[in-house]
Amino acid sequence: MADIAGKPPQTLVDKVWNRHKITDVEGEYLLYTDYLLMHEGARHAFDSLPETGRTIRRPRQVLACADHYVQTKNRAAGFGAIEDAAVRGMLERFERNATSYGLPYYGSDHPQQGIMHVVAPELGLTQPGLLIVGADSHSTTHGAFGCLAFGVGASDALHVLATQALWMRKPKVMKVSVEGKLSPHVAAKDVVLTVIERIGNEGGIGHIIEYAGSAVRAMAMGERMTLCNMAVEAGALSGYVAPDQVTFDYLKGRDYAPKGEDLDKAMAYWKTLASDPGAVYAREVTIKAEDIAPSVTWGTGLHQTLPINGVVPDPAGLADGEARAEAQSAIEYMGLKAGQPLTSIEVDKVFIGSCTNGRIEDLRAAAAVAALGKAKVPAWVVPGSMTVKRQAEAEGLDKVFIEAGFEWREAGCSLCTALNGEHLAEYERCAATSNRNFKGRMGRNGRTHILSPAMAAAAAITGHLTDIRSLAK
Amino acid sequence: MKKFTTWTSVAAPFDASNIDTNQLCPTRFNKVARGPDYAKVLLHDLRFDITGTHKTDYFLNTPPYDKAGIFVADRNFGCGSSRESAVYALEAFGVRSIIAVSFGEIFFTNCLKNSILPVALSEEACAEIRRQLHAKPGAEITVDLARQVVRDVEGKEHHFDLHPLRKRCLLDGLDDISLTFQYEKLMQSFEAGYNAEFPWLIKPENQPPASTPKA
Repeated sequence: MADIAGKPPQTLVDKVWNRHKITDVEGEYLLYTDYLLMHEGARHAFDSLPETGRTIRRPRQVLACADHYVQTKNRAAGFGAIEDAAVRGMLERFERNATSYGLPYYGSDHPQQGIMHVVAPELGLTQPGLLIVGADSHSTTHGAFGCLAFGVGASDALHVLATQALWMRKPKVMKVSVEGKLSPHVAAKDVVLTVIERIGNEGGIGHIIEYAGSAVRAMAMGERMTLCNMAVEAGALSGYVAPDQVTFDYLKGRDYAPKGEDLDKAMAYWKTLASDPGAVYAREVTIKAEDIAPSVTWGTGLHQTLPINGVVPDPAGLADGEARAEAQSAIEYMGLKAGQPLTSIEVDKVFIGSCTNGRIEDLRAAAAVAALGKAKVPAWVVPGSMTVKRQAEAEGLDKVFIEAGFEWREAGCSLCTALNGEHLAEYERCAATSNRNFKGRMGRNGRTHILSPAMAAAAAITGHLTDIRSLAK
Repeated sequence: MKKFTTWTSVAAPFDASNIDTNQLCPTRFNKVARGPDYAKVLLHDLRFDITGTHKTDYFLNTPPYDKAGIFVADRNFGCGSSRESAVYALEAFGVRSIIAVSFGEIFFTNCLKNSILPVALSEEACAEIRRQLHAKPGAEITVDLARQVVRDVEGKEHHFDLHPLRKRCLLDGLDDISLTFQYEKLMQSFEAGYNAEFPWLIKPENQPPASTPKA
């Protein structure tokens, strides 16, 4: 199908991709990059920059956010109080690199410090139609604004530093539609876990996922960010939601978003970005919103997800030999028994936070459940940014958490990346709102169950995985 | 970048899918500076126990696989985190090529940028090569980039696809930054047009402030 001018209908990916194309060479594209996001772990890119004989091409378009190694407690004591010299060294090195190159730097003591995927949207830097690259796999988060956002390794981050451009092969587009109305207590986290369970943890390889459908349109920006954040867990290069009034309302008045006449011009452009009617997708998947239940991962891959009222699968019942071996290995690692109800799984710890679920909406959802009881196990609340932390405190959420026996901490990646000295002990079991349940992710032999903020808070006050619907009637 | 032409080596079979970058390089080792120290980091928590002792019952720790220069895996190898340290660990161990059914996207690209060749073959071909390796531990296989074939233990050749630009960069040892600066004029004219169309993006008040070194 073509429009009157004979132009074939395009997806948002086509439009944004074409507008950033500098050239194409033998089937690969050199794309202009609007923003590069870096965290302390990007040391290898900075280490190699002098060897290239180049410097940073557009330093004001490189956002340096300290998040992976920052302390989430006693931060006011400064770097000197950090016992682990290697952790301290990473923070000092990052500060040295960021400030010597003059990058916008959101270090430990900055009032807007936080996880880069929370901070860039808060600042109004993440805008529709941009191409954003981050030295972090969860850079897909920014696609929630209708931009293209890719996670890259150190070599590509180095390349963007030196050239403000990125070489890429053009991916296909997969449309995932969630139609209808989500049931009460079903969160964006449950939606994305269900998507990964349906298409598989490699179902998105070679693709960018367009999230569409009435349930997605009804979501706030925070929820859309949760969806896009975990596109990478389905194997996809990125995920996005077409920009609409919800997006425009979020951006209005933010520090670095366009204003006045510029905003009018930007809005006119942003409104052209959604995929055209009749655009062709490599694959289309539709999920009925009413079929999605509060969910939790039982295994060591994100596809190993079930509704909370399910039981740990029995590998013996799996016909495929490889799936059987995989399930068996996951059950052993997680210390579970086949057939065990998921709600019988007792947890040692609860983690509420991360780039997936560390925004204000997430803390509100968790606090509403925390208010129903007292934490039976250590439960940490780690806001995604200091801005989120202040907002939560203004709403009194910190008091709700503290009153319920939860720990109220400072912003960072914390237990999700387990890099700053905070990690699970061996065989410790954690209900977490983060994004990965991989073996060893939160600490050697640590066990992770991924779920929504409300479900995490429910696990904290009962001591075991809990169906939120049974608590919050 | 180091050139990649052909590579013949002992190949180690990995039957499990979803070997993620966190297993290849456990997170706490991300701090390590690139270099030979990364050889010990590779699959560290499978190869060493909690006290740091070498586990002799893990296949990669003993001959012939302690010298493996090729891994033959299954689906979704290198999924997860973007950490390039996973590639540094493979490199330091001596691995120059990985054959699998599918790869984590970021890991796949990271390999190509470090002269490690990721080869995608069919599920059947990967399973067949792993079977051959289990039957003849320590057998060598060859990855020939110019001809885009893997020669298995029995001498059978399996064709693989690779984007032509990536192939050229590997064969010539050309790194991306050198490549990109060949297009400097195009980049400048692109930036001029882009800035003219979206002037608000480069207004100083619309960009976060530059930092200065702390005293």
